[in-house]
Amino acid sequence: MSQSPIAGPAETAPVTAGLAAPTDLGPTGPLGGGGGLPSRRRFGRESLFRWFTTASGAVVLVVIVAIAIFLIAKAVPALRADKANFLTYKDWFPDDPTNPKFGIAALALGTVEASVLALLLAVPVALGIALCLTHYAHRRVASALGFVIDLLAAVPSIVFGLWGRDYFYKPVQDFSAWLHRYFGWIPLFGSGGPYGKSVLLGSAVLAIMILPIITSLSSEVFRQTPKMNEEAALALGATKWEMIRMAVLPYGRPGLIASVMLGLGRALGETIALALTLGATYTFSIDLIENGGNSIAANIANKFGEASETGRGALIASGLVLFAITMVVNMIARLIVYRRREFIGSAA
Amino acid sequence: MTAAVANALEARRLPRWAPAATAVAAAALAYIVFALGGVLGGGPVLTVVGAVVFFLAGLALASGIVEGSRAARNRIATALIYSAFTLALLPLVSVVFTLVSKGTARLDAEFFGHSMRNIGPQDNSGGAYHAIIGTLEQVAIATLITVPLGTGGAIYIVEYGRGRLALAIRFFVDVMTGIPSIVAGLFILAFWVLIVSPHLSPDGLPFYSGFAASLALSVLMLPTITRSSEEMLRLVPVALREGAYALGIAKWKTIMRIVLPTALPGIVTGVMLAVARAAGETAPVLLVAGGGAGINFSPFHGLQNSLSIFIYDQAGSASTYAPARAWTAALTLVALVLTLTIAAKLLSRRNKLR
Repeated sequence: MSQSPIAGPAETAPVTAGLAAPTDLGPTGPLGGGGGLPSRRRFGRESLFRWFTTASGAVVLVVIVAIAIFLIAKAVPALRADKANFLTYKDWFPDDPTNPKFGIAALALGTVEASVLALLLAVPVALGIALCLTHYAHRRVASALGFVIDLLAAVPSIVFGLWGRDYFYKPVQDFSAWLHRYFGWIPLFGSGGPYGKSVLLGSAVLAIMILPIITSLSSEVFRQTPKMNEEAALALGATKWEMIRMAVLPYGRPGLIASVMLGLGRALGETIALALTLGATYTFSIDLIENGGNSIAANIANKFGEASETGRGALIASGLVLFAITMVVNMIARLIVYRRREFIGSAA
Repeated sequence: MTAAVANALEARRLPRWAPAATAVAAAALAYIVFALGGVLGGGPVLTVVGAVVFFLAGLALASGIVEGSRAARNRIATALIYSAFTLALLPLVSVVFTLVSKGTARLDAEFFGHSMRNIGPQDNSGGAYHAIIGTLEQVAIATLITVPLGTGGAIYIVEYGRGRLALAIRFFVDVMTGIPSIVAGLFILAFWVLIVSPHLSPDGLPFYSGFAASLALSVLMLPTITRSSEEMLRLVPVALREGAYALGIAKWKTIMRIVLPTALPGIVTGVMLAVARAAGETAPVLLVAGGGAGINFSPFHGLQNSLSIFIYDQAGSASTYAPARAWTAALTLVALVLTLTIAAKLLSRRNKLR
């Protein structure tokens, strides 16, 4: 196993660790003539600076814990008032004064449905682009195209949502009708129309949005394949595709899994684009082309304006579920990356 | 196995014109089957898709017969990889085209000089001046909050951090980059708007503000800035630090005077990318800023709008003139975000550490 060419944390940490900072030498004072070493002081600038940096690093931990605490604090009263089972009830009537009922079942299933479909659409294309950028396209072309992918990543989600709702719905509508006409016997395409905001539309927009992140993370992984392995495969007479299957893909597998999971995390939390392109109903259906579909995040954006006290609490409770799901997905993804001690860029 | 050639140099190959010829044949076949024949409903899109499928099948067949199955698979993979690329460019081109064609209708002085105060559904005027102010102020405050904290945290991870705390911080910085933006909004809603703000207002009621939006954006920017600064600090050669230590310079001074200035271009790039992302965020701002139609320069008092929620509002409005305003605001927002992104990328190209 060759070391990764870019210095990861494991390689640099010991180097800096071995460096004894001058201040660590203790208050021994000058040994002879000339200047002396700075002595260690308890409230000196050194310890002040060190304290400041440690505190700002710890802010991240504080914020994550605070998110959990405050969301729970505001969710519990609403959950107490809930007359239905929060985990299995599908509808959303938290602001009913006498009988508030709300549950996350349809929303959670809808979130997973839209995200998984988006992944199915985006991952093959993203891997294709990543391979194209790293192994197929000419270097100059690849850097220009990588730039274009970065631009795609920079477009705000509200713009994709607006585009999806005002423009992209038309081709999806036609495609839905076509799917139903020729493949209507599959339950996924059962709806006979009229077609509008559907899971298919939402997922397609979502797929376009998570494409850049999966592309940039996985091309980062592909780029690190040891040149030796690639050349060895080619020298044994492998075609380019065989070389990719033998050398590039196995080497990058953990990184690929991680990048797909990070894309999934992004998809699960995407809000505004889905608020504009999903049908916002509280039923769950495997029919992808009928009007409908909803997600936890989109529901928060849609319902927030009209929510009163309990309604807000209910939305916060659903946000807590979303927070828990995305934390788990992200932590698993990062653990996979860390175990390989691979370097994944800051594109996430 | 008589024809099997062991030597790759002498193996039979398709002539160079074969892919082009296959492409022409596939296009012709698709035209006949789908455009003229109307199989599966016909139509131009289906014809193009059919042509691609026929091309792949034809190439596989020809290559499989002449060159063998391994080469055929190789050709298919290559063709698929390039078509994935073309496929990904389509939405980008379409978004840009739609933005420019729909967004220029209201691209006038009125749009950039007026708010939506007293603009009814029947008025074809009004603008996003208040929203632009909101976006700029909120993002600026968020940057002021996160840059010291983010670089400070990065310095801790790279220069001071040891043991479990450093590992935990590093890990959770990465995890925090994946927190959904709406959750950041809900957190600030629960923490700042509902719990803290009643103590700050004279009437004891919770209130929305631009500052709350800045806090929500800070939650999103902090991990990205920490992560990118950390990477840049790691790229600073150890020899520079050792040189400074050898001269007897204190560690904090080495970091402030030598390490940070060396890494500065990279850190600035990371900050600009984080700012660009924050400027485009809608969900967190939607929950805590409150919107509002009038001009409000103060992020601490009263409702404040932002470009992204302006777009969301106008997109949901029933007025006939609202879509044009939404698209122009979208064009403005994309111009702002892309300018920042491109500037950041150009800056990072000049970064000598890379």
